[in-house]
Amino acid sequence: MIPAAFDYVRAESAEDAVAQLAEHGDEAKLLAGGMSLLPLMKLRLATPAVLVDVGRVSELSYVRDAGDHVAIGALTRHRDVETNDVLSRECGVLRAVASQVGDNQVRHRGTIGGSIAHGDPASDLPAALLALDATFVAQGPAGTREIAASEFFQGFLETALAPDELLCEIRVPKTGADGFAFEKFSRRAQDFATVGVVAVRTSAATHVGLINMGSTPLRATAVERALAQGATAADAAARAADGTEPSADLNASVEYREHLARVLVRRALGAI
Amino acid sequence: MKVGVTVNGTAQEHDVEPRTLLVHYLREDCGLTGTKVGCDTSSCGACTVLVDGESVKSCTMLAVQADGATATTIEGLANGEAMHPVQQAFHEHHGLQCGYCTAGMVMAAVSLLEETPDPSERDVRIGIEGNLCRCTGYHNIVESVLAAAEQMRTQPR
Ligand SMILES: Cc1cc2nc3c(=O)[nH]c(=O)nc-3n(C[C@H](O)[C@H](O)[C@H](O)COP(=O)(O)OP(=O)(O)OC[C@H]3O[C@@H](n4cnc5c(N)ncnc54)[C@H](O)[C@@H]3O)c2cc1C
Ligand code: FES
Ligand code: FES
Repeated sequence: MIPAAFDYVRAESAEDAVAQLAEHGDEAKLLAGGMSLLPLMKLRLATPAVLVDVGRVSELSYVRDAGDHVAIGALTRHRDVETNDVLSRECGVLRAVASQVGDNQVRHRGTIGGSIAHGDPASDLPAALLALDATFVAQGPAGTREIAASEFFQGFLETALAPDELLCEIRVPKTGADGFAFEKFSRRAQDFATVGVVAVRTSAATHVGLINMGSTPLRATAVERALAQGATAADAAARAADGTEPSADLNASVEYREHLARVLVRRALGAI
Repeated sequence: MKVGVTVNGTAQEHDVEPRTLLVHYLREDCGLTGTKVGCDTSSCGACTVLVDGESVKSCTMLAVQADGATATTIEGLANGEAMHPVQQAFHEHHGLQCGYCTAGMVMAAVSLLEETPDPSERDVRIGIEGNLCRCTGYHNIVESVLAAAEQMRTQPR
């Protein structure tokens, strides 16, 4: 399987990438690690006329302690998130989640920004960032803007990013080295989650993100509300599938996904 | 488009279409057919090679993305007649059956041991989870990688 023909341009900087997008319009797509886009192009489910390769924009590959939050460049690879020292102290949950994305080969190329911009409800990092109340910074022709994670994921593979915008930074609150749990259920090694749960305890509340329980990554709002009202972990976990609309596929029926969400939330809450 | 890659220590330059996958570049333009295509869908790892020292699935990377990089394929591991410790360990511990997954398994293992020189059995099993063996010879593959790790720690090349 070989992608349909396209023109290839290499962006030298974030600014250059935005200029290239503006020049080529709707026909262009950004290429980061290629771990989601290239498989789609090989199946010809995506046929961009122009690929703007941002893979070498090293100014967007960093993890920085920014005082009240940690700033992560969109081009930071899963491998670099998984092994980062600042994150191990300040936001251990992201390291743990990144370490279970695909396999070593995928993590050597795939980026956190690509994972978010792709907007796949089955992906691990989007649900984690939703649970963390992260903020995303996008750069477009008119400058930069901040988008809250809660506003970002709008539908299946649909995000708040405009076609001429580049996701450049991810800002995560400092939640510490521990106080989190990541429960990923899949039947095969290296696979996407059939259902996954990310739970993070902050000083104020417990946040729960759900993977693959609808057309976007979700927060288990009924669970969070129950916990805030003093419910036990077991009682709160029973609400894990409330308000979700998981789909059925060859791995799981709707009922099975709902069951998994309740079991995995219970395990996650038990672990933090 | 002109693409220059240092493959197994030799500078290569070829004119390729941007859509050329790295695996096809290595096999067809560079003539290095040791790297195999298995699934062609990023799942099996048979096409694993090293780019700048790290394992990647070469069926899911464009040759143009490797422009300016160094690549190592199975052909580049041995030092003359002397096999790489991972190759030697697969040989001694019978880490292959039909051999189709082997080039990719060995490359994934080389990258894993670079990152994790003293792995537990579990580290090895997780470290090669991106590589499937249709002959299901995982037991001896894991033995081979553990033996290679030991060899490389005690007697670095
Ligand atoms: C075998 C395999 C297993 C996998 N398993 C998992 C898994 O278990 N869990 C999981 O979460 N993911 C998994 N993935 C997907 C992986 O996480 C991808 O790395 C990630 O989804 C995409 O990141 P990328 O850098 O490769 O993006 P690309 O594939 O390059 O791009 C993806 C999309 O995002 C856009 N984009 C990329 N960067 C930006 C940016 N900075 N600004 C705006 N738009 C951008 C692109 O235009 C494209 O539409 C797997 C992939 C493979 C091949
Ligand atoms: S051929 Fe590349 S992963 Fe199977
Ligand atoms: S030895 Fe046959 S596929 Fe692994």
